[in-house]
Amino acid sequence: MDFSGILIYMRPEIALMAAIVIAFLYDLIAGSKARKFFNPLMCMVMLACVAACVISFPREPGEIFGGMFSYEPVHSVLKCILAIGTLIVFLQADKWLGREDTEFKRGEFYVLTLSTLLGMYFMISAGHFLMFFIGMELASVPMACLVAFDKYRHNSAEAGAKFILSALFASGLMLYGISFLYGTCGTLYFSDMPAHLDGSALQVMALVFFFAGLGFKISLVPFHLWTADTYQGAPTAVTSYLSVISKGSAAFVLMAVLVKVFAPMVEQWQTILWVLIVLSITVANLFAVRQQNLKRFLAFSSISQAGYIMLAVISGTPFGMTSLIFYVLIYLAANLAAFGVISTVEQNSDGKVSMADYNGLYRTNPKLAVVMTLALFSLAGIPPFAGFFSKFFVFASAFDEGFHVLVFIALINTVISLYYYLLVVKAMFINPNNSPIAAFRSDCSTRISLVLCLAGVLLLGIVSSVYDGINLFSFGM
Amino acid sequence: MDYTVLILLLPFLSFILLGLLGTKLKPVVAGVAGTAVTGIVAVLCYATAWMYFSAGRDASGVFPQVIAWNSEWLPFGGNLHIDLGFMLDPISVMMLVVISTVSLMVHIYSFGYMKGERGFQRYYAFLSLFTMSMLGLVVATNIFQMYIFWELVGVSSYLLIGFYYTRKEAIAASKKAFIVTRFADLGFLVGILIYGFYTGSFSFTPDSAVMGAARTMLPLALGLMFIGGAGKSAMFPLHIWLPDAMEGPTPVSALIHAATMVVAGVYLVARMFPLFIGYAPEVLHITAYVGAFTALYAAVVACVQSDIKRVLAFSTISQIGFMIVALGVCTSADPHEGGLGYMASMFHLFTHAMFKALLFLGAGCIIHAVHSNEMSAMGGLRKYMPVTHVTFLVACLAIAGIWPLSGFFSKDEILAACFRFSPVMGGIMTFIAGLTAFYMFRLYYCIFWGKENKELHAEHTPHEAPKSMTFPLMFLAVVTLVAGFIPFGHFVSSDGRAYDIHIDSDVAALSLCIAVAGILIATWMYLREDRKVADSLATKFSGLHKAAYHRFYIDEIYQFITHRIIFACISTPIAWFDRHVVDGFMNMLATVTQKSSWGIRQMQSGYIQRYCIWFLGGALGLVVLLLVI
Repeated sequence: MDFSGILIYMRPEIALMAAIVIAFLYDLIAGSKARKFFNPLMCMVMLACVAACVISFPREPGEIFGGMFSYEPVHSVLKCILAIGTLIVFLQADKWLGREDTEFKRGEFYVLTLSTLLGMYFMISAGHFLMFFIGMELASVPMACLVAFDKYRHNSAEAGAKFILSALFASGLMLYGISFLYGTCGTLYFSDMPAHLDGSALQVMALVFFFAGLGFKISLVPFHLWTADTYQGAPTAVTSYLSVISKGSAAFVLMAVLVKVFAPMVEQWQTILWVLIVLSITVANLFAVRQQNLKRFLAFSSISQAGYIMLAVISGTPFGMTSLIFYVLIYLAANLAAFGVISTVEQNSDGKVSMADYNGLYRTNPKLAVVMTLALFSLAGIPPFAGFFSKFFVFASAFDEGFHVLVFIALINTVISLYYYLLVVKAMFINPNNSPIAAFRSDCSTRISLVLCLAGVLLLGIVSSVYDGINLFSFGM
Repeated sequence: MDYTVLILLLPFLSFILLGLLGTKLKPVVAGVAGTAVTGIVAVLCYATAWMYFSAGRDASGVFPQVIAWNSEWLPFGGNLHIDLGFMLDPISVMMLVVISTVSLMVHIYSFGYMKGERGFQRYYAFLSLFTMSMLGLVVATNIFQMYIFWELVGVSSYLLIGFYYTRKEAIAASKKAFIVTRFADLGFLVGILIYGFYTGSFSFTPDSAVMGAARTMLPLALGLMFIGGAGKSAMFPLHIWLPDAMEGPTPVSALIHAATMVVAGVYLVARMFPLFIGYAPEVLHITAYVGAFTALYAAVVACVQSDIKRVLAFSTISQIGFMIVALGVCTSADPHEGGLGYMASMFHLFTHAMFKALLFLGAGCIIHAVHSNEMSAMGGLRKYMPVTHVTFLVACLAIAGIWPLSGFFSKDEILAACFRFSPVMGGIMTFIAGLTAFYMFRLYYCIFWGKENKELHAEHTPHEAPKSMTFPLMFLAVVTLVAGFIPFGHFVSSDGRAYDIHIDSDVAALSLCIAVAGILIATWMYLREDRKVADSLATKFSGLHKAAYHRFYIDEIYQFITHRIIFACISTPIAWFDRHVVDGFMNMLATVTQKSSWGIRQMQSGYIQRYCIWFLGGALGLVVLLLVI
């Protein structure tokens, strides 16, 4: 058997597996002093993973394992983005992990997180539905453990239970759908399936069930109900990971599979997406308007953001693919900045996460308030921040394909979203508060992560080479 | 020539630092930092000019266009892309020298002039911003970059005019300047877009191959661009903002509203000159008529103003008119065959920048001494302020066009170019040159000679300005004295080849005569203390005098048009539409959002069983949707 293909195309996965082994061994061996350097070590390892994704990555598509694993250049771009996001999450998690009640399971956090990331990598590069399903499960099951990481905290345990049960339900439904596909097509290879798809009733059901499975991961309405409870209950670092990395990879996979496999059923899936986009953006906005808990608030915000990402998917064009990855990248920067602020405030103020606690934050912690504001501006899509450009591109990609009404609905919803994003800004800057959160100095790694995110929010949109770079590798559909 | 990036980067960094640190810096530190940066930039500009011109001409005898650096910023597909870069060619290098010199002088001068002002640091930050924008404008490699910096220049001008933001007039003036120029820039932008659309590029020199299709649209595009230029360069009828802009600190007037920004329109026409000559000569001639009318109008108004800065402002408008005329009367790109005006215009731009900056800085010293802009507060100041007096006289002689000062040479070339175009144009411009001499010496005599205002001077004796203010005066006076002998045609000419300036003796004699006549009349009317002649003339032609004093009621006409017609007939209905329909829609959105948000809260019950029902129900609903409908 020829292993050269593995080394060429699976470099990110191999690097990640090595990282898991390193985390595992270090956890076993390191003494109490050495454990202090666990986080820097893992950050370096993640940096190496990022490097493994980008440095001289193959520029031509390729297949290994008889087509189970199929590689495209754009995968490297996306995997790199996800690895960077994970790195930022690690940076932000340091303080939380250093707490007495979590310190001893620090290693588990890294191993579990990296395992889910590995699952996503496999899901992204899958060339066969089984491979895809295994990747998805690998991404889900450790995620449930992560959500329930603070298992002695009631909320966290509840969130874990809700997550795993919903995930099981979604997986079951999806597997059911895949079985329909196998029944009607006789194959599960992505490349072979389009020839057998004709839009029969069974296949329509399969498509919907497949959608339900991924819709769960992306948290599209009506498959989103677990989101708010899980986001609120999970440790903040896990929430941010869940909201960005997990969502981004699933959105990409959805687009890839829809375009590659379900191409003959384009009308059906565009209809489904149309409905889901309208529902997701609108319903999420309606809920977000009245949230008091910031993590819950960001949960609904992330659902509506998912809706915007789907605008790129519905276009089904290379332009849409570029816009999707660009959107994920910028959403990653902005959302991680917001969660970073929430996380550091939570850690330094005995777990304050409600909107009222943020009243007057600008007076005591002006820098954090500014970071949060810029992140929210970017999420809301206010120029000149990066979020404006990413929104512009996803809207343009959908508009070009003739979804004018849909884009109009999305535009109205951005107005609503502006309202609730500004509520937080108002709380921080305008609302009076007699006992605001005391001034504190956040830890070094959090600050690094926030600077990284802020740079992303400010620069990614303006530096046009970023978009062009992604565009170069968007696969030719 | 990678170091040229510093020419833009240094002032920008200075702006950011001074702006961010603000009052945390001591005023002196901020001033020194700003001045030092400008000094370095000036040295870099001189070095660039030296290296550029000493590198020599290429095989065809012209100075080559050098792109020192360039980066593609925004690609639009095809050949259409917006670049940011640094281009050197004779006129941009000349402008680099002018801008950095005047800017440096103003930075030094402001040390004395702005001493003790509130917001000293902010002032220097804005000066840095302006310097950066203006330098970026002249070295732009393409029309769009020029536009970007064009707007930045407009913003800095706005900020500096409104520097004394507690004064109502200053705020009104800054808004007026911004709105009027911005309105004109709309023309510029549309022109650029038309240009980009039809030629498929934003370059100053598009391929002649693609010009075939664009040929018919080019005159329109260039004409629209000229509107932008006319706004910045205060051409009639868009000149109304410039006299009001004098509300800003006087050094700012010297830098922005005399020497650099206001000539941006001239520079724009010069930059697009090959296109004007090649594809739209008729538009070019229209600019000449606009320029000539503006020059005449402003000169007449300048004769009766009583605020010395206003006189200088109208004089600036008039002189820019000269430059535009000189460009507009060109009929070919060959300086020997009707392209003389290009060189003359650039030459005048150069000399005018120096002596007009000198005049404004001198006026600053005077205002500093008597604490008033009005001529009535002055008179007889020559005893108190010898340096200011002498340098001011030098500048007045230069602008009047007296040999051997720089203004003589450049104005002579302009008049020669006008006479070649048509004798009528030459005659009119010569007459305006005479008027220029008259009003400048009226100004001079009213300030330095005549009756002293004893009342005012008793409570506050005028005194010479500090060294930091007189040094720039002396420096610029020296430049004014010698600049005429620069073989300007060797550096800048319409086709790029060396052109020997030769004084047209007929034109020179005529212009000298009329300048001397203007000065003599002014002497006769204003040297003596009582000024009977002037007063009797003013009463005899009281209608004309009053109209000219009120600038021929152009501002009132604007007021009428904007308030009575635009505000009342267009804006009010739009405001109603906005308030009721647009806002109403938004309010409806808000109400619906609130209501429905309350209505659907049941969905998020917290029970996992219900979640699953929604989940399954949703999926089945979709199946039904797809299969049944």
